[in-house]
Amino acid sequence: MQPNLLKLACVCGLAASTALNALPAAAKEEFKVGIVTFLSGPAAGPFGVPGHQGAELVIEAINAGALPAPYDTPGFAGARLAPVFVDEAGGNTKQVAEYRNLVQKQGVDAVIGYISSGSCLSVAPVAEELKTLTIIPVCGSPRLFEEGGKDYVFRTTGHAVGDGVAAALYVRDKFGDAPAYTGINQNYAWGQDSYKFFDLAMKTINPDTAASDNPQFPKLFAGQFGTEISTLSLDKAPLVHSSFWDGDMEAFVLQANVRGFFRQKTFISTLGASAVDRLGKGFPEGVVMGTRGEYGLLVRGLDTPLNRWFVDRYKEKYGEYPLGPSYQYAQSVLALKIAMDKAAEAAGGFPEQAQIIDALTGLEWDSFGGRVSMALGGGHQAVHPVGYGITGWNKETGEPEATGVVFYPADCIMPPEGQTGIEWLEAGMPGASC
Amino acid sequence: MQLLFTILLDGLVYASYLFIVAAGLTIIFGVMKILNVAHGGFYAWGAYTAAYFIGAASEMGLPDWFAFLIIAGSALAVGIVLGLLIERIVLRRLYDHEEILIVLATFGVFLILEDLILLIFGVNPYFAYQPMVALGSVEMGGIFRDVYSLTLFGVALSVAAGSWWMLTRTRWGKLITAVIHDREMALIVGINVRRLFVVTFCAGAVLGALGGAYIAPTVSVAPGFAVDVIVLSFAVVVIGGMGSIPGALIGALLVGLLRALAVHKLPELELFVIFLVMSAVLIVRPEGLFAPAKARKI
Repeated sequence: MQPNLLKLACVCGLAASTALNALPAAAKEEFKVGIVTFLSGPAAGPFGVPGHQGAELVIEAINAGALPAPYDTPGFAGARLAPVFVDEAGGNTKQVAEYRNLVQKQGVDAVIGYISSGSCLSVAPVAEELKTLTIIPVCGSPRLFEEGGKDYVFRTTGHAVGDGVAAALYVRDKFGDAPAYTGINQNYAWGQDSYKFFDLAMKTINPDTAASDNPQFPKLFAGQFGTEISTLSLDKAPLVHSSFWDGDMEAFVLQANVRGFFRQKTFISTLGASAVDRLGKGFPEGVVMGTRGEYGLLVRGLDTPLNRWFVDRYKEKYGEYPLGPSYQYAQSVLALKIAMDKAAEAAGGFPEQAQIIDALTGLEWDSFGGRVSMALGGGHQAVHPVGYGITGWNKETGEPEATGVVFYPADCIMPPEGQTGIEWLEAGMPGASC
Repeated sequence: MQLLFTILLDGLVYASYLFIVAAGLTIIFGVMKILNVAHGGFYAWGAYTAAYFIGAASEMGLPDWFAFLIIAGSALAVGIVLGLLIERIVLRRLYDHEEILIVLATFGVFLILEDLILLIFGVNPYFAYQPMVALGSVEMGGIFRDVYSLTLFGVALSVAAGSWWMLTRTRWGKLITAVIHDREMALIVGINVRRLFVVTFCAGAVLGALGGAYIAPTVSVAPGFAVDVIVLSFAVVVIGGMGSIPGALIGALLVGLLRALAVHKLPELELFVIFLVMSAVLIVRPEGLFAPAKARKI
């Protein structure tokens, strides 16, 4: 008799647990998210802190239901987001340990973070192993999804191929007759890849221009660029490409500006816009400046309710304009809210992680600077327009500005699904609609 | 010819920078036999102090030449205050311990100095470009050069000449030479070695802070920017021979010129050139090019 009772109890228990699993989880009051960004080291000032501020501002607003419509419902699927801020400085090994700590010890529900390509490429396999939703806001290496599909990792910003192609298109449109180009990029994956993408795009888009045989790759955080500036000055190429992005960008500008470098050369900076605000009048005019998308300096004057709210509230709270990383972190937080709300609606209650992932896959939404679509990487990689403008100083407002801004649509700057950036560029960018 | 001149000039500017930051490290090692990892902390504090006060002076409308007084004042103040504090609080208790323990202690001090910077100055970069902009640029060999960087020659030469004069022409120098040669014998003949250690450590700290303060106008003074300086100055000191001022000068020149040649002709080698020179010197002369001769004790 007893064995039969036991069988019955097991069957009932199994049936009950299956039924419970099919139902949406009970409403949750708090959703814990690790926010990883540089809080110390040379990348903190120009990238990490603006990113942290962008995330903080939008999290507080969403928790309070203070974002403009249509995002004015309070919370993330009704839950309050509790951020756990973590410093990205310290190298890749430390980041992997910090990630495990966030998930396994602190029990976060999701992670939003990573600026450096080194960090995101190291952490992504661990996110897959620990099966934790991870949204990457800034890291730009295309290898993130080219080296295999991901189930739990998303990136809500475009990658370096788009930055390079858009720069080459801007060169064609503004300096079509330039005879040659060279570059100065940091000697690690980001700098080398960025120059490679720009170089390949230039060969397709501007076949009449030639690459210099002496592009410069100084050490990351070298700080002293006197010799490199001499080499670039002696080079006949009038265009100089650079993906400098931290204290190196500011140091290079200071050292090159006093040597009249920017009067002799057209400098194309794919993401050095933080230096424009930080150096103010000390930043040279006439530099071709990008922000890796519809972010920061290039959309400062964009008059949409969401962008006006973001720029005004940010300036009010932090006393400065939001930079590219501020937009990118805010964008990731907003994507999480939209996906969670959508998943909750479909599930009829607080969603499970798998339901949030389903909602985020292939999502399209109006973000602070423009429309974003998770169109690549199996719906995990965002695409959006990327633009460039020319730096200048607005005497009336007493502030830096970008003029002649042109944005290039995603379908003419990003490789199609299933093709790596290098393959697409080497094949002459087939299918690019511009 | 134009290229050769440019390489020479670039090499000399970089060598001057390397020598200024390495001189303090080698002086402290020569006299105290301490590999002072906290040297990077003196550099960073010198840079932050100079950048902060140059920015403040600029806002107050003080003339640009005032920045050079600030640089000198920052180097002296930071070097003497931090040098005295660290020698008194940390090193004095460790002189009788193993060298490795002292290296670890100075590494700890470096981390504390870095965190104090974060605490006091925050994470946002400081800029002090006013003196560099004020000195402007000059055309040399077909390209423009900033005059401020060229003044590094003068600073490096002054440091080299001052150290040489101090060590060979003053009573203090003779006492220091005696300690370098044989610390125990110096004690026996009545030289106050402890006091010499304090003076030497402060002098080394002033030089480290001077490196940072003088470089501050050319860079973005941000947290962590001094980490690289420890590696660079250590490599230069090893090449030249630890504890030798002429060695540091030759080491800096060798690395500076070869690096400039690499950047102009073989940029792929730039990252490696300093360690290539260091490896080559260590294979041929493991004690460095100009290591002071050691008396053999029987």
